[in-house]
Amino acid sequence: MKLHDVLRDSRLMLGTAQYPSPRVLSDAIAASGCGVVTVSLRREIAGEPGANGFWPLIKATGARILPNTAGCHSVQEAVTTARMAREVFGTDWIKLEVIGNADTLQPDPFALVEAARILCAEGFAVFPYTTEDLIVAERLLEAGCRVLMPWGAPIGSGRGLRHADALAALRGHLPDVPLIIDAGIGAPSHAALAMEMGYDAVLVNTAVARAGDPVAMARAFRHAVEAGRLAHEAGLMPPRDFAVPSTPVLGIADLRPGARA
Amino acid sequence: MRIDLNGSPTEIAARTLAEALCELGYGASAIATALNGSFVPATARARTPLREGDRVEVLAPMQGG
Repeated sequence: MKLHDVLRDSRLMLGTAQYPSPRVLSDAIAASGCGVVTVSLRREIAGEPGANGFWPLIKATGARILPNTAGCHSVQEAVTTARMAREVFGTDWIKLEVIGNADTLQPDPFALVEAARILCAEGFAVFPYTTEDLIVAERLLEAGCRVLMPWGAPIGSGRGLRHADALAALRGHLPDVPLIIDAGIGAPSHAALAMEMGYDAVLVNTAVARAGDPVAMARAFRHAVEAGRLAHEAGLMPPRDFAVPSTPVLGIADLRPGARA
Repeated sequence: MRIDLNGSPTEIAARTLAEALCELGYGASAIATALNGSFVPATARARTPLREGDRVEVLAPMQGG
């Protein structure tokens, strides 16, 4: 299935980590209406293969799988992880993360471009987790990426679109490239803003998983993404610096107290 | 021989990666394997010999963002 078709059905992607229980995760995926879920690869506990029951649960949701390379700090680690993910998950899709700093979890753009080039040449559909930097975006496209995932804010920070102007410029520079905001979205309003700006989709995890009621929050994000996308398609009014009356000025009554005319 | 399995020293009798996975009880579970940092496809496990001190990673689907 092509990304274009997936986005037609749902512009919300959901991460699967940090939910209070498998049941809540499953219900949140259903409530979100998301078309894509992200997953990872981690060490299988010897003697308890398949003990976590996670994979059957995810398969049962019917959502499209987007494996990640979370935690990789080098080209070699990310490329090996992507190859392993392709075999286990049976998909060419890979959310490519090459982390450059342990505190900010921001992407290492140099290693990212190098890993993207290797994986694109091997037939992967690479979804690179990147910054809002236009030149890095162009290098990723040259490397063979057909979609970009710029961050809103550092992973798990919930700060929203910290560089909204730069993200808007990126959107403007690359009108035909699917752009998905990944990381940093903390509230449905952040997601709605990204969609209003013309972003094609948003990926959310912590904001749903760590909400007081993750299932209700998943529903809230679904509505916010739909509202933002509708607003973008409807065409937002241009902002003005001064007030302009919305009620007609013509026909205002003369209700001043005092003297006759 | 002793290998390093997912970061833990592990004693095995198996001579190949495929045999080792059987011996360790991984059976039919959804896993991917790497040997000394390189991906080993499922189809290549039976012809992948293990040596003393090899670093084997056995990874499975897990929650992710």
